[in-house]
Amino acid sequence: MTTRNALQLKGVTKNFGRAEIIRGVDLDVHEHERHVIIGPNGAGKSTLFNLISGRLKVSDGSIKLFDNAIHNLPAHKVNRMGLSRSFQVTNLFQNMTVMQNLRCSLLWSEGHKYAFWKSVTKQDAVTERAAELMERLNLTKQANTPASLLTYAEQRALEIGCTVASGAQVILLDEPTAGMSRTEANDAIHLIQRMTGENTLVVVEHDLSVVFELADRISVLVYGEIIATGTPEEIRNNAAVQEAYLGTEVH
Amino acid sequence: MLETIAYSIFNGVLYGTLLFMMSSGLTLIFGMMGVLNFAHASFYMLGAYFAYTLGLGTGFWVALFLAPIAVGAFGALVERYGLRRVHQFGHVPELLFTFGLAYVIEELVALFWGTVPVPYKAPPALDTTAFSMFGLNYSVFKVFILVVAVAMFVGLWFLLKKTRAGLIIQGALSRPDMVGALGHNVPRVFMLVFAFGCALAGLGGVVGGIHFVTDPGMAFMMGPIVFVVVVLGGLGSVPGALIASLIIGILQTFFLSINFSLAGAFGALGIEDSGFFGVLWHMETTRIAPVLPFLLLVLTLIFRPRGLLGKREA
Amino acid sequence: MATPSVAGRTNLLKLWPWVVIPLAALVLPFIFTSGHAINLLSHMGVAIIFALSYNMLLGNTGLLSFGHAVYYGLGAYVAMHVLRAINDAGGQGLPVELLPLVGALAGLGFGILFGTFSVRRAGVVFAMITLGLGALVFSSSQMFTDFFGGEAGLFGNRAEAPSLFGIDYASSLAVYYLVVAWALIAAILIYLLRKTPLGWMANAVRDNPERAQFVGYDPTIVRFIQFSLSACFAGLAGGLYVITDEIVNAEVVGQIQSGAVLLGTYIGGIGYFIGPIVGASIVTVLESSLSSYTEAWVLYFGLLFITIVMFAPMGIVGVIHTQYLNWKAGGWKGNTGIRLYLIVTGLIGIFGAICVIELSYHYFRSWDPSAPFVLMGVTVDATTVLPWLACFAIAIIGFGLMLFHGRPMLSRHTGATSRGGNA
Repeated sequence: MTTRNALQLKGVTKNFGRAEIIRGVDLDVHEHERHVIIGPNGAGKSTLFNLISGRLKVSDGSIKLFDNAIHNLPAHKVNRMGLSRSFQVTNLFQNMTVMQNLRCSLLWSEGHKYAFWKSVTKQDAVTERAAELMERLNLTKQANTPASLLTYAEQRALEIGCTVASGAQVILLDEPTAGMSRTEANDAIHLIQRMTGENTLVVVEHDLSVVFELADRISVLVYGEIIATGTPEEIRNNAAVQEAYLGTEVH
Repeated sequence: MLETIAYSIFNGVLYGTLLFMMSSGLTLIFGMMGVLNFAHASFYMLGAYFAYTLGLGTGFWVALFLAPIAVGAFGALVERYGLRRVHQFGHVPELLFTFGLAYVIEELVALFWGTVPVPYKAPPALDTTAFSMFGLNYSVFKVFILVVAVAMFVGLWFLLKKTRAGLIIQGALSRPDMVGALGHNVPRVFMLVFAFGCALAGLGGVVGGIHFVTDPGMAFMMGPIVFVVVVLGGLGSVPGALIASLIIGILQTFFLSINFSLAGAFGALGIEDSGFFGVLWHMETTRIAPVLPFLLLVLTLIFRPRGLLGKREA
Repeated sequence: MATPSVAGRTNLLKLWPWVVIPLAALVLPFIFTSGHAINLLSHMGVAIIFALSYNMLLGNTGLLSFGHAVYYGLGAYVAMHVLRAINDAGGQGLPVELLPLVGALAGLGFGILFGTFSVRRAGVVFAMITLGLGALVFSSSQMFTDFFGGEAGLFGNRAEAPSLFGIDYASSLAVYYLVVAWALIAAILIYLLRKTPLGWMANAVRDNPERAQFVGYDPTIVRFIQFSLSACFAGLAGGLYVITDEIVNAEVVGQIQSGAVLLGTYIGGIGYFIGPIVGASIVTVLESSLSSYTEAWVLYFGLLFITIVMFAPMGIVGVIHTQYLNWKAGGWKGNTGIRLYLIVTGLIGIFGAICVIELSYHYFRSWDPSAPFVLMGVTVDATTVLPWLACFAIAIIGFGLMLFHGRPMLSRHTGATSRGGNA
């Protein structure tokens, strides 16, 4: 059985004025896989994410989500079609509590849209799902704590929760372990694996131990181009990658 | 017909240059700090009043020099002790602060100088006729206004493009965060730019107060139009402000002097002078004139928020 | 009341304002019985609805509008035209009680119409669009004199119209209770709106529009719906205004009206449901009474506004709330005396400042500044030095003690850092 592509990028280009940031990226992400993107700083990883998630428009090329074109669509439309993302800098509803953050993340996918005739807290389905998510995130004790008062790791966990809550199939995680200690990063990775069992994951990461533990396949982005895609083994042994990025010492 | 056109063009250009003098400072401030300074026209007003009062003692020419400086100094104080404090609360409180400030300044001006317009007149040296066109005399002062405006424009252009200070300001106009990262004392730069912008407005007031009436209501009268100029021209763009000022100046003057209506041009066509479209069909341009700048503002914000020459969107 | 409750069951005690305020509203006309007072109370009710509608935009959705009076005024104008039609038909037609609904519908209609292009962007651009639109509508009142009634405006007669309950609305007391009824309805609806998915997402869009997108919401649509609903309630207030005052002119869509609702809402506190209620009440009372006591009332308004923006951006309700929480947490133990000292010196300073301002206004404005002038019960000659010296001294001493003596003392006692920052 052939796995279909959750995400398909063809010839994606992005220019800012005369600066070419993304220079023709072809990338296939299989459904259900954990696909990690690595690359040196300035390679354009965040830009690539922004293009996929609808924050930026492509200068050329196409991006397909399960065979539907999503490039140049506004972010909320992309989200409704099944793609969500987290951010490098924690991006939550700072003034809302954990429970409120999760509830808000569930409202659209639970079909409530812009309703102004029903009460949020009376929607049992939403409450149950939010509570369940909180359990899995280990945040139940913090249910009524405003997001701004959580620890960094807790905020990151909540962000993962909100991203998953929106019901997206494909999830983009932008440096999920940034700024974390070894233990925190391990916990974060386990959390991610727990929360995203059936999802397709595309992750940008710098921490190589995380990369090689998490990834089914890895793509290497250098100066706006993918120079290699393959299993962790293949990438480790790829000469071009070694030269460009990994250096000669590899574990 | 030709007279009306020539007259309209000249007066329109005059009005436009005055608008430019009032708005050049605001576009700088707005472009750099993102602060919609509601009180900007108040500084224009202060320039007029300071020049009038100073001029009573020192004569026009000294006042021309000193009044903008005084206004700039006041602007620095406002930034340092008012705006800067409020800045930490966000953009909305900043806006609201300047909003309240405009009211307070107007009240204080009305208190100290009275609610009646003050007799702020052109100095005798400039009050003579420079030339006449189609039977109307144009005083030297009107030419002087143009001279000051051109000087302001050239001076600003020179400052922004050719000096180091100008480079910093230009940088801060597009990337304020970068300028801070480069080690410049951004709060001080802000204060100086704010003061400078206010001084420009003050200079506009020195001249505009003579051309128009100098009374406490002048700020609220000119204020909204100045915003239109800044938005239409593009935030932070001095040439944009000039072009927008001229467009609005000429357009509004034309609308006021040439009495044109669609009905007048194409005939009533059986359309009654009632109901929404009927009224518009019969509407003379003189009655549309006051509405025109705001129409332009709304249209610009909808279709091209960047303005004519702006680099950053509002 | 600040944020939606979590457990889904509201703590009944927290709802005390919903009992106290309506009770007060019912009882007040028996305490302040003059016709003037009752009219004032009616105006307060209208202002409260208007301010509540405004806070749907500012507090709930983060949209700062400088032209909200457009919907208030246009709602009023449409309601006025309907009232006049009823009058012309000999008092037949829509009952007076339902006239505010006309205003509401008009507000909603214009809100939808103008909202389509107003809300595409937020922040400063939105503020400017509302400013421009407000100025546009106001100056177009000179163009469409049939609709706006020209300089004099339009009149109507609320007594010459049918009533659902057979009430004669010539009586200002009857009008007052009608206003109270509508205010209660509006307040309940606006309050409930905050608890709906739309209300929650409006807060979300206010706090983080990007995040809202990534949970599936289009911020523009959220803003658009909130905007339209807010305009609807503003129009409702406008319709009530037609009943209370029976006259409308272009001022009702003007800059001053827009500024007043902004002022009132902000002074009360935009982060609290009750904030606009408090703020609008205060502004209405001050506007009406202050102008009869002093010429300087506009200046006082401006200064009050600036003070709140600079030192109490969470508004009066915010200040009370934070101080209350502080007190509950024991922060007042051992320094209540100092706090009282601060308040007293602050009041002295304010008193001195008021004296200076009043003296100034007398000096600069009156025909004969040297004529005896009664300042706070003391007769003075404004052209002599002594009164000036005294007033300045009081102000300087009061504020000086507060800022340089009292505040550091409080900081030392509580170990708290001083407020505000010097960049």
